[in-house]
Amino acid sequence: MELWFTERHTPNVNFSIKVDHQLYSGNSEFQRIDVFDSKEFGRFLTLDGYMMLTEKDEFIYHEMITHVPMAVHPNPRNILVIGAGDGGVVRELTRYTSVESIDLVEIDELVVEVSKKYLPTTACRLDDERVHIYYEDGVKFIRRCENKYDVIIVDSTDPFGPGEGLFTKEFYGSCFKALREDGIMVNQHESPFYAEDAAAMQRSHKRIVESFPISRVYQAHIPTYPSGHWLFGFASKKYHPVRDYEPTKWSMLGIKTKYYNTKLHCGAFALPNYVEEMLRDVE
Amino acid sequence: MTELSQVNAPIYEALRRFRRMRVVPFDVPGHKRGRGNMELTEFLGEDCMNVDVNSMKPLDNLCHPVSVIKDAEMLAAQAFGAANAFFMVGGTTSAVQSMIMYACKEGDKIIMPRNVHRSAINALILTGAVPVYVNPDVNKQLGIALGMSVSQVEQAIRENPDAKAIMVNNPTYYGICSDLSRITELAHAHGMLVLVDEAHGTHFYFGDGFPVTAMAAGADIASVSMHKSGGSLTQSSFLLMGERVNADYMRQVINLTQTTSASYLLLSSLDISRKRLALSGKEIFAQTVEMAEYARSEINDIGGYYAYSRELINGDSIFDFDVSKLSVFTLPVGLAGIEVYDLLRDEYDIQIEFGDIGNILAYISVGDRKRDIERLISAMSEIKRRFGRTGADMLSHEYIAPVVTEAPRKAFYADKVSVPLEESAGKVCTEFVMCYPPGIPILAPGELITKEIIEYIRYAKEKGCQMTGTEDINIERLNVLK
Repeated sequence: MELWFTERHTPNVNFSIKVDHQLYSGNSEFQRIDVFDSKEFGRFLTLDGYMMLTEKDEFIYHEMITHVPMAVHPNPRNILVIGAGDGGVVRELTRYTSVESIDLVEIDELVVEVSKKYLPTTACRLDDERVHIYYEDGVKFIRRCENKYDVIIVDSTDPFGPGEGLFTKEFYGSCFKALREDGIMVNQHESPFYAEDAAAMQRSHKRIVESFPISRVYQAHIPTYPSGHWLFGFASKKYHPVRDYEPTKWSMLGIKTKYYNTKLHCGAFALPNYVEEMLRDVE
Repeated sequence: MTELSQVNAPIYEALRRFRRMRVVPFDVPGHKRGRGNMELTEFLGEDCMNVDVNSMKPLDNLCHPVSVIKDAEMLAAQAFGAANAFFMVGGTTSAVQSMIMYACKEGDKIIMPRNVHRSAINALILTGAVPVYVNPDVNKQLGIALGMSVSQVEQAIRENPDAKAIMVNNPTYYGICSDLSRITELAHAHGMLVLVDEAHGTHFYFGDGFPVTAMAAGADIASVSMHKSGGSLTQSSFLLMGERVNADYMRQVINLTQTTSASYLLLSSLDISRKRLALSGKEIFAQTVEMAEYARSEINDIGGYYAYSRELINGDSIFDFDVSKLSVFTLPVGLAGIEVYDLLRDEYDIQIEFGDIGNILAYISVGDRKRDIERLISAMSEIKRRFGRTGADMLSHEYIAPVVTEAPRKAFYADKVSVPLEESAGKVCTEFVMCYPPGIPILAPGELITKEIIEYIRYAKEKGCQMTGTEDINIERLNVLK
């Protein structure tokens, strides 16, 4: 018997992982949630059939979306995380002692429940006393926030489905308003590789550029996401991600990481020419 | 043969039977089930092209219905509580024109509010009927025309006892209703027909807690835009008739202007939508109202904007309010409705129904998703933050009561000259000027052009309203009576 999980990366490209067995399958009000176990990637979580994380490579995504803004901001105390019900971003955030509060806004309560039960690697710090979970639409939550956060991390799914609103200009504008005068927003920024993902990436970059004075893009290599080449957006009111970065200061914190390091921080902002060009086209 | 009920959709069922027959077409349309126009077929889909067929025995004929269309019309009449119903394929415009052409001959008087849709005034040009305008009450704060007040209708009836009919616009685009039952009583007591432009009221017939419908109020004829809140295809509509209307004569009136090649896409969409609303309209519109109420409360929370509702009700010219409508007064944030309308589209990829000088209208329906409502609210919040001004330089906009000097038909066909807009004050206009949407004329043929109206037109143009109706496509010149 062979059981395979297959995700369609484009109409002409499939990505498959051999499944050992399925741990969970359920439907929430918003989406279908599945957890599988596999020999190669360990446990993995999918939403509506789209890969969210695997135990094997989640550290890349979670470290890069979290440590980059946290290392640039000189004193991040109040953090807002949108999406991220799997707990991976929260796990990384709780490693900073400077952090006083983490508001986690996840639209789907079932994602958090399922993650707590089946994905302890990422969900392990959701009970930290600094974490406050709000089960609400992120677009709605942030509308009411003003001058409140130092860092906002937008760990969204894709620009279709329940996460759609997190790629809109009204949302980015609301994030700008919700940040303090030196705040930073980082978002999951899709991939530049396949045409459809690239178009979504450009659309979202354009909207961020229009909403923030500083807007840069950085990359990481994530094997289980379409093409493996993934981007993050760094939008900021004051700090430049490389020029205002103090590597020694971050190293002094003594946070041990598997992917992120201070040289990689700067290197991640160096993008391939074709990506630079795509970004320039919409700037 | 089992008896038909609301679970049936006779036209839809006939089309499905017809498709299974795989009839070889040597009739029009010439695309022959799409095979003759592959690009169009790829775009619209084979299923769609397959049912784009001509009238024939198994599918009946809209001009003279004897089988499945007749059955479908009977079911529609039942669903709407009407004595008879006709399927209309020329939009509610054709329904409105048909009801006026039924009620009035040349020279007959018809009492109507001035803030009617252009289709009603068009019908006056076609028939030669003479309007007796009842100027609508105006809400000074919002700058919108309201319903007809009963006392004004009474006065119009007293002064024009020979009028043949009263037309009521119910609800208005903004969701405002008149006292339809009382107006109907008055009209009937004086032997006048009651015609209702119910373009925005389809859902009143199926949902709970909505204002009274034309048929329930005892009105004689109603034009209902099934394609607005009813879910059918654009351009499809219903004409509903009460007991006092001779439906067979009405069909002759409709056939004066209606196409003889009615689209089965439109007909089947009416049939299927009627079935859907009859079976589950209550839940559908409960959801719509819930979303509208939520959006209203969130928008009012933003501050500045005023999303109005039933609190406007005054027992007369706002006898009732349609809570499924999301109308928002925007001037307090320093932006004209039309500016918010444009910003929503250009900045946020959100298309709403219309913006006028002081208001916007977002159309809410069962097709909306909660998350899209959140986007709309957030975008409005952002527009206030990014573009809001202190409301100093806004034109205090009010509905302008027109001065009618000639019957519309006489003015439209009269000898005329074209003059620059600025030099037109004091002359009589022979054409329409309106913002579209909503398509309610600022000037109609036969009305006096005033300085105030010229200023309004200039302001609306400057704010980006889409102006239509004049021969001069740029609205720099107006045609006036010689």
